[in-house]
Amino acid sequence: MLIFILKRILSTIPVMAVVALVVFLLLRLSPGDPAAVIAGDYATAEQIAKIRIQLGLDQPIYAQFVSWILRLLHGDLGVSIFSNLPVSTLIAQRVEPTTMLALTTIVFSIVVAVPLGVLAAAKAGTWIDRAVMVFAVVGFSVPVFVLGYFFIYGFAIGLRWFPVQGYRSPFDSPADFLAHIALPTVALSAIFIALIARITRASVLEILEEDYIRTARAKGQVERKVLLVHALGNAAVPIVTVIGLGIAALIGGVVVTESVFNIPGLGRLVVDAILKRDYPIIQGLILLFSLVYIVLNLVIDIAYTLLDPRIRY
Amino acid sequence: MKLTRRSFVGGTLAAPFLAKSGFGQARGSVLRVIPHADLKNIDPIWTTAYISRNHGYMVYDALFAMDQNLKPQPQMVDKWETSADGKTWTFVLRDGLSFHDGKPVTAEDCAASLKRWGKRDAMGQAMFGAVESVSGRDAKTLEIKLTRPYGLLIDSIAKISSNVPFIMPKAIAETDPFKQIESAVGSGPFVFQKAEWVPGSKVVYTKFAGYVPRKEPTSGAAGAKIAKVDRVEWLYIPDPTTCMNALMSGEVDYYEQVPGDLAPVLAKAPGVKIEVLDPIGSQGMVRFNHLVAPTNNVLVRRAIMRAVSQKDALAAAVGNPDYYKECLSIYPCGSPLEAKTGEELVYPSSLDEAKKLLKEANYAGEKLVILQPTDIPITSAFALVVGKACRDIGMNVDVQAMDWSSITSRRAKKEPVDQGGWNMFPTWWIGGDLLNPMSNASLVADPAKAWPGWPTDPKLEELRTAFANASGAEAQKKAAADIQARAIEIGTAVNMGIFFVPVGYRDNVKGMIPSPVQFFWNMEKVSA
Repeated sequence: MLIFILKRILSTIPVMAVVALVVFLLLRLSPGDPAAVIAGDYATAEQIAKIRIQLGLDQPIYAQFVSWILRLLHGDLGVSIFSNLPVSTLIAQRVEPTTMLALTTIVFSIVVAVPLGVLAAAKAGTWIDRAVMVFAVVGFSVPVFVLGYFFIYGFAIGLRWFPVQGYRSPFDSPADFLAHIALPTVALSAIFIALIARITRASVLEILEEDYIRTARAKGQVERKVLLVHALGNAAVPIVTVIGLGIAALIGGVVVTESVFNIPGLGRLVVDAILKRDYPIIQGLILLFSLVYIVLNLVIDIAYTLLDPRIRY
Repeated sequence: MKLTRRSFVGGTLAAPFLAKSGFGQARGSVLRVIPHADLKNIDPIWTTAYISRNHGYMVYDALFAMDQNLKPQPQMVDKWETSADGKTWTFVLRDGLSFHDGKPVTAEDCAASLKRWGKRDAMGQAMFGAVESVSGRDAKTLEIKLTRPYGLLIDSIAKISSNVPFIMPKAIAETDPFKQIESAVGSGPFVFQKAEWVPGSKVVYTKFAGYVPRKEPTSGAAGAKIAKVDRVEWLYIPDPTTCMNALMSGEVDYYEQVPGDLAPVLAKAPGVKIEVLDPIGSQGMVRFNHLVAPTNNVLVRRAIMRAVSQKDALAAAVGNPDYYKECLSIYPCGSPLEAKTGEELVYPSSLDEAKKLLKEANYAGEKLVILQPTDIPITSAFALVVGKACRDIGMNVDVQAMDWSSITSRRAKKEPVDQGGWNMFPTWWIGGDLLNPMSNASLVADPAKAWPGWPTDPKLEELRTAFANASGAEAQKKAAADIQARAIEIGTAVNMGIFFVPVGYRDNVKGMIPSPVQFFWNMEKVSA
């Protein structure tokens, strides 16, 4: 197991190197020039050239890449072309809101979706099952921004129970944090609730057909224990996979929710950076997102061994 | 009311969210503003971005400033004089000027700031073409020596929009103009709180207690700059609907640029007001590339100018007639240099006349590439309307959609359209940038200095020089009118007319300043 983990950690190095190379080249080969954006409309070609020199963009691509990699190896993600602030500072400012939103979303999704999925499986074919599946289809189908605006209109502007927008740190004020995170969490959870509920239902249904479930029932085990211990426990592997991938997607993919609720998170940072061609930020964030994916996959793989003793590495 | 177990539990759970003071907002005189853009950098000389200019107005002061009639007025300057030959100007700074770090503002600070600005700004470069030296004669007296009289000296250092010659401490102003400054120490009415700056989200300014305002009443960028709130927070919200909701719920006090489609909703919202503060508006234009076929043919350019209807374009781009107006002058209608010369070449719009011109141009179906910035709704619509007009007169049009950043690099290409070149791209300027021919980038006709599009026209350059050297309002107005006639004749750009972007604010916000640029001094929140 330890060797497996070590191997996986070491394997992140070539993966990250390939990601770094591809991201760097894609950005440099795509249209757009930060120097031209900075220089503004009055700038002459000579002025734009001077800015490119200042930014080091006049260097050959390989030289820029080597320079970036060398800084990266020293833990330096570089400096934003536009704000002149270290990329690490900009990321640090944004990590908390995104992480908190991801955590509250995934926790809320699990708390709602797993019981719903188990219930649907237990009541397969009944109206309860159909209701859960209809909810799942709706959760998949309705875009998050529609749900977001709907919640804002109803609960923030209409009832005034929650603020319309913004983020507060739980370390400053837990109550304010909950007030600000509630609506985005519920809006963003819809799709994950739908996904996890469907996976849970399918997995539990499959397990319920197994011989040992019949044996448990034959031995007089109460249905609740059959469902929660025997069925759910053994159905956990695909559910955990979906949850893990959901967290990874949430870290980098919640830009719409962040925009609708004005949460200053990583998703918005990367979109703003792409629109401005702020290369160091884009590169730093994509590396971060890749690292999150790799680490989460490792955690999921380790979790498999805990959930299913048959899995060994 | 009967207290049930359910209502008790519900009320207890909801209590944290219901606190009206609520949602973590600080008390006191705080003005919460949704700015028109995110402040990405703090150097208003390094970049022409309007948001950095607005930041500059918060933090810095300037020697002169434009009043509400767009006339230059002294700001940091107490008195000034010109030598008899018009080649030596001396400016005495007024008393009480100090930077946020407590150090007094000196003439050397002003000299260094002007020199840095003169290396980046178009009007500054033109001015410094006539400057022999800029120096401090003593701590409070700035001296500018010219090689020849220059009629636009005061207009240049009083310019209202990017780049504004803000005064910085000498040590900061000596930064390479092509490198960003790292500190935002100014002598303006607000202090930038760098530690609270979260790019993409929040910018905080606090009142500068040491600021000594002028005695004259506030007028445009000039007069008394009195910070009437302790703190101004710029809360950048990228989604317009969220901006609208935040203003309606009272979470913000002021929304700097309300999109036209949301204005009617906000106008009906209780406690919210909508108003146009910019007296001259913004001008849309679609720039021609003079180097590449078919727009390298003046008759083709004139045909396109004749085909495009401002009314149609503005209706498509802005929608609400309250927020646009037709204006054929290349200087904003209502501004001092507004002119009518040359209008007969483009008005009234006529597809038949345009077709005749196209035929006269021997247009042979060459592809016309129009760049469409899909991330800027108004100019995106301009591209589509111009494309439609060009198709209507029989042109082979290719509208290419991309984001604005891509356009800024694509438009630098001088190659033919089949090698990545282009013929037209749309953009817009605030009226404050177009007040005179020296600040209007589209009028530069020297290809070495010109904005992308690269017109080459010695006559237009001569006329611009004549304007720069003209002294007296009448002479300047005449020279400006001649420039307009020539610019339309050679087809520098399609003038798309004027549009206005209203501001939205809570009804307890008072003291807004009518101006092409957004200022936050003089604004306050009054109790209901």
